[in-house]
Amino acid sequence: MNRWVEREMYGWGRHPRVRSLVARPERRAEVKAALDDRGGVPILAHGLGRSYGDAALIANGRMVLTRRLDRMLSFDPATGWLEVEAGVSLEEIIRTFVPRGFFPPVVPGTQFVTIGGALGCDIHGKNHHVDGTFADHVRRVELLTGSGEVVVCDAEHEPDLFWATVGGMGMTGIILSLQLKLVPIDNPFIEMESVRVESLDHFFEVSAESGDFTHTVSWIDCVTTGAAMGRGIFMRGRYAPAGTRGSVSLLQRVGQLAPGLLDFRVDGPNWLLNAASIRAFNETYFRKQAKGVTRSTVHYEPFFFPLDNVRQWNRLYGERGFLQYQFVVPPDPEHRAIRQVLAEITRSGLGSFLAVIKEFGERRHPGLSFPAPGTTLALDFGHAGTPLLDLLDRLDAIVLDAGGRVYLGKDARLPRETFRKMYPEWAAWKAVRDHWDPDNVFQSALGQRLGLTGGEA
Amino acid sequence: MSALVLGATSRVAHALAHALAARGHDVCVAARDLDEAERVAADVRVRSGRASVALRFDATDFDAHAAFIDSVEAAVGALDTVVLAFGEMGAQADSERNAQAARQVIDVNYTGAVSVCERVAERLISRKRGTIIGVSSVAGDRGRQSNYIYGSAKGAFTLYLQGLRNRLFPLGVHVLTVKLGFVDTRMTWGMSTRIPIAAPEAAAQAILSAAAGGEDVLYYPRFWRGVMTLIGAVPERVFKRLKL
Repeated sequence: MNRWVEREMYGWGRHPRVRSLVARPERRAEVKAALDDRGGVPILAHGLGRSYGDAALIANGRMVLTRRLDRMLSFDPATGWLEVEAGVSLEEIIRTFVPRGFFPPVVPGTQFVTIGGALGCDIHGKNHHVDGTFADHVRRVELLTGSGEVVVCDAEHEPDLFWATVGGMGMTGIILSLQLKLVPIDNPFIEMESVRVESLDHFFEVSAESGDFTHTVSWIDCVTTGAAMGRGIFMRGRYAPAGTRGSVSLLQRVGQLAPGLLDFRVDGPNWLLNAASIRAFNETYFRKQAKGVTRSTVHYEPFFFPLDNVRQWNRLYGERGFLQYQFVVPPDPEHRAIRQVLAEITRSGLGSFLAVIKEFGERRHPGLSFPAPGTTLALDFGHAGTPLLDLLDRLDAIVLDAGGRVYLGKDARLPRETFRKMYPEWAAWKAVRDHWDPDNVFQSALGQRLGLTGGEA
Repeated sequence: MSALVLGATSRVAHALAHALAARGHDVCVAARDLDEAERVAADVRVRSGRASVALRFDATDFDAHAAFIDSVEAAVGALDTVVLAFGEMGAQADSERNAQAARQVIDVNYTGAVSVCERVAERLISRKRGTIIGVSSVAGDRGRQSNYIYGSAKGAFTLYLQGLRNRLFPLGVHVLTVKLGFVDTRMTWGMSTRIPIAAPEAAAQAILSAAAGGEDVLYYPRFWRGVMTLIGAVPERVFKRLKL
């Protein structure tokens, strides 16, 4: 019933790449049919491909593209509950509901993700310390399980299956639809403050005194060493109250009027983002920010999704692709792990072009969901081969030693043994998964690498 | 204003339902698979905030077509725009071997289309206004060995729409024939071609603009008019030797 087509598939980091058969169902019956016409190999749902590594890939199996399962099924303006199919993107929800005064409860750094992917990765946003993760605002998840049965699960119904699906990276089944509780907003603007942060200690001071803000995040310069190590720009904001007037940015206007101008349709040369250009960028970006606190009213797009106006920015890293490394370490008054990581990166000479740091709030639920109390740091590295992989192994050791973990939604290389120490919940998670999918219908390259599917323990 | 989209579970029809709602229509979406039609109707309701209902429609249940149109108008009011977007390609080899398979393709694409279109025409004529949009295919422009059963049914439908337009013009009812080239749908999924494939949403916008502009025949993407003119110009004694 499905037409399976061979495609080269990759995540946002464009590494690794696999060739495999993919189908693009448009009707629910076709998704179910994929269980039967998959040719006896494992399958995996694939949305907009915005996880970075191999989470949404499978080499020895087939992928089911969910993008055309994109119907919005119901909305209750009195409560904000919106029911959508899994292939709907956050961008579509935002475009549809901002004019009606609603916004998704949790958004990541890009709006080009599907709802199914958002739950599978249990995404977090700048408001994690206040509102938790995506899954904390979801109910009635319709999941197509390995037996072909559609199970409705949430924190109340089949909670084990639900919490295994949350952050379960697609390995419990194919999410068909879910209900998401949108939050009311008065206008599309954010009251924002930018604070120039002069050092790592300063970052934690500013973070501690930003409790009045629902949204916080900080860009961090991870090239500069010495006393200014950890300098950056701390951004904090909240939805602007009724009657606020703001304007859209120049970049946004260009993006709207001539989207082609801001679209990298060809790969940049591999050398483009190198130590010198990254140092120059970090210096310029930091200098551009005035000392102290700057207040402004900005549109939600540049605040939440600063890079979405530049389509395919991932191609800037060139044909080699790039890896993102995001980890969280528990609170520590000395911030030793963060300092060690920054020092290790500097020593390696492999700069991270974009680095983002934030303090998470409490962990509210079990499973493989990533966020945990403490500090998270996200780093992008052009794929420089062995030197980079060696660096990331050293970072693993620092993170593990501090009791931290890395984010599977970004990962393409974490060793199995390290993963199991970082996520001691893995065995309990796998027991639930195996119960619902004894035949291992749903697998991924990431899951196979980490030993999350299949018979071996 | 209200509109009916027949065959609403195809991607172009789905996009047309959205585009019609965005232009102020209450939309009835109809398809053989009522469950899927309900999802499309829900999607139109949630995204546009306009009324939208789903009904089951079977192109080959000819006797039910008059009652079907009654129930559509009972649900969304007097129709002013009707889109015929249903179709069934079938497999050419099946249609060659099995007369029933061939008949199914012909009945869905042609006989059924004629049957329901006449019922629609009656209503529009009585009100002296309205638009009928028939989604035909470039496959109906010239018979080729790879899909001539489907192509002949679409070709007949094209000819039918031409005659209908001729009859309805003085009565104030407009008929637009749409011939789709490659649009990114289930039909073209996985096709490897250098010819650009258009987005269904762009096709829907072009179709409604053409209808509003009073065009009679729309090829979409538009360059397909040229492509089909060239294909039509090949002499039959040459064409019959080609593997198309």
